[in-house]
Amino acid sequence: MTVKVKVERLTKIFGPNPQPVLEKIKDGFTKNEILEETGHTVGVYDVSFEVKEGETFVIMGLSGSGKSTLIRCLNLLNKPTEGNIFIDDTNIVKLAKKDLKQLRQQKLAMVFQHFGLLTHRNVIKNVEYGLEIRGIPTEERQNIANKILVSVGLEGWENKLIGELSGGMQQRVGLARALANDPDVLLMDEPFSALDPLIRREMQYELLDIQSKLKKTIIFITHDVNEAFKIGDRVAVMKDGMMEQIGTPEEIIAKPQSTYIEEFIKDIDRSKVLQAKNIMFKCSALVSVKDGPRVAVKIMESNGISSVFVVDEQLRLQGIVTIDDTIIAIKENKGIADILRQDYYTADPETYMQDLLPMATNTKFPLAVTDENNKLLGIIVRVSVLSGLV
Amino acid sequence: MLPKTMNDFPESIKLNWGLYVDNFIKWLNTNYGEVFDAITAVILWFMVNIEAFLQWVPWWLVIAIIFVLGWRARNLVSAFVFSSLLFVVGTFGLWDHMMSTLAIVLTSVVISLLIGIPVGIIMTYSTRLDAVIRPILDAMQTMPSFVYLIPALILFGLGKVPAVFATTIYAIPPVIRLTSLGIRSVPGEMVEAAQSFGSSRWQLLTKVQLPQALPTIMAGINQTTMMALAMVVISSMIGAKGLGMEVLIAINRIDIARGFEAGLSIVFLAIIIDRISQGVANKYEISK
Ligand SMILES: Nc1ncnc2c1ncn2[C@@H]1O[C@H](COP(=O)(O)OP(=O)(O)OP(=O)(O)O)[C@@H](O)[C@H]1O
Ligand SMILES: [Mg+2]
Repeated sequence: MTVKVKVERLTKIFGPNPQPVLEKIKDGFTKNEILEETGHTVGVYDVSFEVKEGETFVIMGLSGSGKSTLIRCLNLLNKPTEGNIFIDDTNIVKLAKKDLKQLRQQKLAMVFQHFGLLTHRNVIKNVEYGLEIRGIPTEERQNIANKILVSVGLEGWENKLIGELSGGMQQRVGLARALANDPDVLLMDEPFSALDPLIRREMQYELLDIQSKLKKTIIFITHDVNEAFKIGDRVAVMKDGMMEQIGTPEEIIAKPQSTYIEEFIKDIDRSKVLQAKNIMFKCSALVSVKDGPRVAVKIMESNGISSVFVVDEQLRLQGIVTIDDTIIAIKENKGIADILRQDYYTADPETYMQDLLPMATNTKFPLAVTDENNKLLGIIVRVSVLSGLV
Repeated sequence: MLPKTMNDFPESIKLNWGLYVDNFIKWLNTNYGEVFDAITAVILWFMVNIEAFLQWVPWWLVIAIIFVLGWRARNLVSAFVFSSLLFVVGTFGLWDHMMSTLAIVLTSVVISLLIGIPVGIIMTYSTRLDAVIRPILDAMQTMPSFVYLIPALILFGLGKVPAVFATTIYAIPPVIRLTSLGIRSVPGEMVEAAQSFGSSRWQLLTKVQLPQALPTIMAGINQTTMMALAMVVISSMIGAKGLGMEVLIAINRIDIARGFEAGLSIVFLAIIIDRISQGVANKYEISK
């Protein structure tokens, strides 16, 4: 996939004369020392990352870690002190005023924490704002706005004033306003932080739903780990203006690179992040339907297990056999096919651990992970699911 | 004990500051006399037309218009009260004087808005300009209003035009201040949202900042209008005809009846203008 946004060694220092301060950071002074000595605040320092087209990239970090400063650099609401930002290979840091306006009108849209809606306009006029700025004719922009309003569930609210809407609805308007412009990149600075937990969950699912249809490139800021891991394809963790770690949620949970990140993910609910594919084993002990019972016994013996999955030549799962049944089969001269059992559970690789739990408690066999063709991808031993309960 | 001479400021370092100002105004007048003549001509033309129009409109139509305005801006009771008050002014025999006063007030307010709103807007763009204009506004408001009459007199002579000039200077600060305040109070996130969609400065101003600041600007217009009305009596000292002149004449002749009627007419006019313009301002506040 192509790279949509590329940030290269970005630094932002707040204050009247940032250049000498830049030297000071390079000499190893900390953020606090610099603030005390020069009165300049280091917002972001030496940050680099890439976001691919269609990806949801989440930036997370404690308050004051520079998340907003970073995202505001991406549409130049903050002017970077040093570094480059490429959007589709154009370095936007060097854009002339006119080109910047065009970039903002056509490629970028932002959703704000406190919505930033125009309270003197009604809902639909807010959604039309970006189109109006671009000079799109009235009728056309009304059509677009109406369509978008339907897709965010605000049908029938077009003519209400902003003040008459609940917080959740206001942010839907904010989202609709951003989407109406059909931007390539959606910048979202803690869009759901001002909402209460229930509405927040609802909005998260709504965003996932919209994203699955529109496939925008989204840069999303939050200080909530659970939100970050739920929404993000990849997550970046910031501390004191610098990037601590960038990776998929699973990578970060599996290998946190510092105590800061460990602290961060301490209270994350792993069962909501880890999926079957993250905890399954590639299975080495398998029996083919064509094998005899004696082969099955051999395989179980050499692997120290008391049951084994049976597959056909295409590795499609056929059933499971236990050691007890196999011994009886040998005595009674039956084949593997006669003693296949079906009372095991299968899961697809995207199943979350929390949904595997009830299966694991209800069976004495491992869980089979299969794809849509019933091909066996791996198995999950019960202990790796149930140990999460401790 | 201090020597006695310390009690008095030494006369040897007396400077004629007032004289410098006097010289400056005179210099303006001799060198830029034509400019002021031109301004006089424009204002006079404007005023004469407004006054002629106000005198031409039948009295009952004026009362009817005020009734409708009062009803729209407030309620039926107010509408009734306002039109009755106007009627009473008519019974004083001061209708024409009231219209002359209204012409000066309206002209001054229009000029104040034409200058004041742009100045208020420009002030928000530059902190340096703000730092220059703010103390000037403070000075304009604390200066006794009589003081404006002198340069007005020298630059524009006697009559309506210097009255408009003095009234404008006296009345313009609120609309400048409140325009600037209104624009500055627009929430930062709203402005940034507008910018993030690629608004030009002009679009930001006309589509976001001014509509948001409108209730505050309306409050400024209300204050400016009231101050213009307050200046009317004072400006009659340099020959502006109207209710103020009537009061002045009454004071000179100790004519209590005439003074009472003229004074009351000014109060009525003030009440009507204030309540109606406030009602309009409130309407904007609600729809925000
Ligand atoms: N306009 C500004 N002028 C000066 N300093 C600023 C400005 N904006 C942000 N900062 C400083 O930059 C640092 C990073 O701030 P930033 O707002 O990016 O943090 P954040 O991660 O978004 O925090 P939060 O979660 O509270 O929103 C802070 O120390 C902040 O005080
Ligand atoms: Mg922030």
